[in-house]
Amino acid sequence: MSSQKQDEAKTTIEDVLEKPSSRRKFLKGASIAAAAGSAAVAASYMSAADPASAGELKLRWQEYFKKNYRIMSQEEKDETVTRLERLAKMQDNVDVQIGNEPPVEKVLFGYAFNITRCEGFMECVTACVKENNLDRKTNTQYIRIFEMEPGQLDPSTGDGQYYHKVPVDDKFYMGAQCFHCEKAPCIKACPTKATWKEPDGIVVVDYNWCIGCRYCQAACPYYGRRFNWGKGEVPKEEITTKQHYLGNRKRPMGKMEKCTFCIQRTRKGKLPACVEACPTGSRVFGNLLDPDSEIRYVLKHKKVFRMKEEIGTQPKFWYFID
Amino acid sequence: MKAVPGKNLKTFFVDAIRWNLKGSIPFQIFRILLLIGMGVGIYAYSFQARYGLSVTGMTDIVSWGFYISNFTFLVGVAAAAVMLILPAYMFHDPDFHRVVLIGEGVAVGALIMCLSFIVVDMGGPLQAWHLIPGIGLFNFPSSILAWDVLVLNGYLLLNALVPAYILYSHYMGREADERKYRPFVFLSIFWAFSIHMVTAFLYQGLPARPFWNNPLMGPRFLASAFAAGPALITLILAIIHSTTSYKIDPKVFNKLRMIIVISAIINLLMLFSEIFKEFYFPTHHSISAIYLFFGIDGHNSLVPWIWTSVSVNLAATLVLAFNPGKNNPKVLLPACAFLFVAVWMEKGIGLIVPGLIPSPLGEIVDYLPTWVELGVTLGILCLGITVVTWLVRTALIIEQRYED
Ligand code: SF4
Ligand code: SF4
Repeated sequence: MSSQKQDEAKTTIEDVLEKPSSRRKFLKGASIAAAAGSAAVAASYMSAADPASAGELKLRWQEYFKKNYRIMSQEEKDETVTRLERLAKMQDNVDVQIGNEPPVEKVLFGYAFNITRCEGFMECVTACVKENNLDRKTNTQYIRIFEMEPGQLDPSTGDGQYYHKVPVDDKFYMGAQCFHCEKAPCIKACPTKATWKEPDGIVVVDYNWCIGCRYCQAACPYYGRRFNWGKGEVPKEEITTKQHYLGNRKRPMGKMEKCTFCIQRTRKGKLPACVEACPTGSRVFGNLLDPDSEIRYVLKHKKVFRMKEEIGTQPKFWYFID
Repeated sequence: MKAVPGKNLKTFFVDAIRWNLKGSIPFQIFRILLLIGMGVGIYAYSFQARYGLSVTGMTDIVSWGFYISNFTFLVGVAAAAVMLILPAYMFHDPDFHRVVLIGEGVAVGALIMCLSFIVVDMGGPLQAWHLIPGIGLFNFPSSILAWDVLVLNGYLLLNALVPAYILYSHYMGREADERKYRPFVFLSIFWAFSIHMVTAFLYQGLPARPFWNNPLMGPRFLASAFAAGPALITLILAIIHSTTSYKIDPKVFNKLRMIIVISAIINLLMLFSEIFKEFYFPTHHSISAIYLFFGIDGHNSLVPWIWTSVSVNLAATLVLAFNPGKNNPKVLLPACAFLFVAVWMEKGIGLIVPGLIPSPLGEIVDYLPTWVELGVTLGILCLGITVVTWLVRTALIIEQRYED
């Protein structure tokens, strides 16, 4: 690091500290000095690897000390998404729009999956990967599709690795993803409240607040969670730029992520990408509180069941038979 | 016994450091080897710092591996100090009174290793401050992991402060005032059980994982810890006895052997009970156990591991129980070492990894730690041993001078 750069960095830190509103942040910082002792090393190390401008360091510093999203005021939420947008521009040179739309009142999202119709094309998987900017390097997927022998109804007995022409005669297909449990064991497990259920029923993760302990992953009975073991990679031209803070924005390394019912779409009244992509119409999504919605129709008129009902997690995801 | 002039808290620390920097040549070599081990750990961790946990063998399915396995086992070692504390302070057993400080030193070392394993296992160690109540957001009492953070740090504090107080008093040449530390000793006894139960509940409380979701988990944790911990302490006492002038009464070894044998037998009984339940009528929930003991579809990396562990465990327990060498240390000490290793194999990897296999959606994969995980683990182990030797050496010198 050149000395000029160091000076720049110093001035940034000073002006951050001199801002009156930063006093609390500073105290916070001082009190964890021991824990963050290595942070300084790491920060200098990181900037040695990719030289960062003073402006960028300032943004990163403010990001580091921000609160958990669920206790931020609306103003703080707006500030952090602006910072994240600017950082995306500075670091990756992409223009993204990160939203922080709150839940819509009187909406509780639910999902239903038609096991009679699904033919195992996995269009949903592809659409999900694209929409949610999932890591291409490790081939992260939120949705799993299992090829099932007749006589079974539990996806864990099916074949989740099939790779051949579909549909196969005498087989049927079942999808699994995060089921957005009403009584979610993952939420109970998290030691830092980095994952919680929003009022519209979506179980979300604050990627910046998560400490990456993976206790939630061990607690999930449906293999609904994915961890960022390394740095996620998405080709620049394939990035979905309409994002949400709790949704498909870039996930830092070492943090937990999962299906969010495409929060960036559904809070604006659109369907999740998987539902839209499904060529057979096997996927039904809607507002459980709206008596006229399609999902309510399915729950009322079809034979439905949920996976591992005996654990009592109450998934908001039903399988049904035509 | 009058207070020695010219001694204060500062000289206490200075002397502690001075004593530890001196020592015989073999001792210095030992220290240097430990330093090298820690260096290897830091080097290995630098890869993890740069590329994330992707350089480990863990995946979304086996999401906890070697680190958490070692953590789990070492919690037991730390808790086992209570087996010295209980007789020494509560029953005023004079033999144990002379060695209890060593046990507490081992507990502190084990706890430091536990906390280090947690930190290296975290994806975002720089965000660890999110866990600090007050400035972070602590999910208490809902999350058992939050409980674990509290009880581990509390136990570390208790096990560091009580001996520090006693040692400091002795250093100053006066009797430690029992009325002052006795409440904390009581507390630490309950606390020792709590760190173990809470750590067991960490796993036991997950309905998603039938292999762990088992009410015997907590008690078995305790039994195996009270076998492995005292076995380790026996070994350490034997080393101290033969390499220093601080002599340890043979009665201590006999009493420790009794503790080990009883705990090991209870542990084996419970193991048998678990095996019976899993295999007499295997259900859907027995798949993890089948994977562990017999392998499934060619995935059998843990099969030799667990059978080695169980047979060594059995053999060592028998040797310790029947004492064929008539108290010959050449027989008993290796038995302790083997028992310790056997419990480590079973309560570490043998417990954590199969709990995660198969995945909740039925997929079976194998897990092998990478060199990074092994290197970091070596580093943490060396750190722990260093801590223990520093503490024990200081304690022994002070105690010896005080006794004279
Ligand atoms: S499916 Fe798993 S990750 Fe999703 S809400 Fe339920 S427990 Fe949590
Ligand atoms: S990995 Fe993150 S979200 Fe999951 S339990 Fe740990 S801190 Fe919470």
